[in-house]
Amino acid sequence: MRVAVIVFPGSNADVDLYNAVEDVMGVPVDYVWHSATDLSGYDVILLPGGFSYGDYLRCGAVARFSPVMEQVVKAAEEGKLVMGICNGFQILTEVGLLPGALLRNRSLKFACKLSGLRVDNNNTPFTRDYAAGEEIQIPIAHGEGNYYCDEETLAKLRAGNQIVFRYSGENPNGSIDDIAGICNERGNVLGMMPHPERAVHKWMTSDDGRRMFTSILKTWREQNSVTTHA
Amino acid sequence: MFKAVVYVTLRESVLDPQGQAVKGALNTLGFDEVNNARIGKYMELELNSADRAQAEERVREMCEKLLANTVVEDYRFEIVEG
Repeated sequence: MRVAVIVFPGSNADVDLYNAVEDVMGVPVDYVWHSATDLSGYDVILLPGGFSYGDYLRCGAVARFSPVMEQVVKAAEEGKLVMGICNGFQILTEVGLLPGALLRNRSLKFACKLSGLRVDNNNTPFTRDYAAGEEIQIPIAHGEGNYYCDEETLAKLRAGNQIVFRYSGENPNGSIDDIAGICNERGNVLGMMPHPERAVHKWMTSDDGRRMFTSILKTWREQNSVTTHA
Repeated sequence: MFKAVVYVTLRESVLDPQGQAVKGALNTLGFDEVNNARIGKYMELELNSADRAQAEERVREMCEKLLANTVVEDYRFEIVEG
């Protein structure tokens, strides 16, 4: 198994994400520059947080046209696991792999703190190691995390159990239905505003993010019938 | 030479917190007649287009593809001789 952390000009959570994969999953991981045109050697594609292309025009709007994004879409269509965190989530909505859009926080303030989340769907490749409805603590750091979609899309997300995470305490950005993270219909593409890669060790205040990475690993092992040796 | 003047604003159905903050500030300053404020983006594009029709078609494409996110934004534009 090989993991790609895509790096755009302006990404800044790429190192955290890389370290989390290395520490928790213990599998080979590479930084892949946004100009790459071949992701066929990777099983899991991760889009990190940051401010790709300075977030000029709209967050994710320019990154979405990076050469690598065609390959990310292709990987998603092939059923590979694709996860976008923060700016990565914004890019996934801009490219159309996930519905809706991320708007300016309702408070107009950048929100940077530990945030309570509820795992509303633990039946995804990314969340299977959590209990259904479990409350976890994951840090957020964003100015544009206010998830928005129209009523029709929201009804579809609810019906398809695509709302994976909701803010369990105070909603820090005004997102519709307290949404913090969603997945696509097929369940292999996930986007979330909070940063699980920044909560993978006790000394990080919370290690509740670890299980996202163990979930991904478990899913891949099952799909590829790799037996683990204790 | 033509110039495109493009305006992008949040759709009416989408809450505009910046607009709300500006409206509140204006009301505080005594401009009570302000019922609503919407904040958007203004862009000028210098175009090397052969004619106006072509410029219009291309700018529409630019708006749809990049300049506006039609999930949450509306756009309009004018083509002027530049």
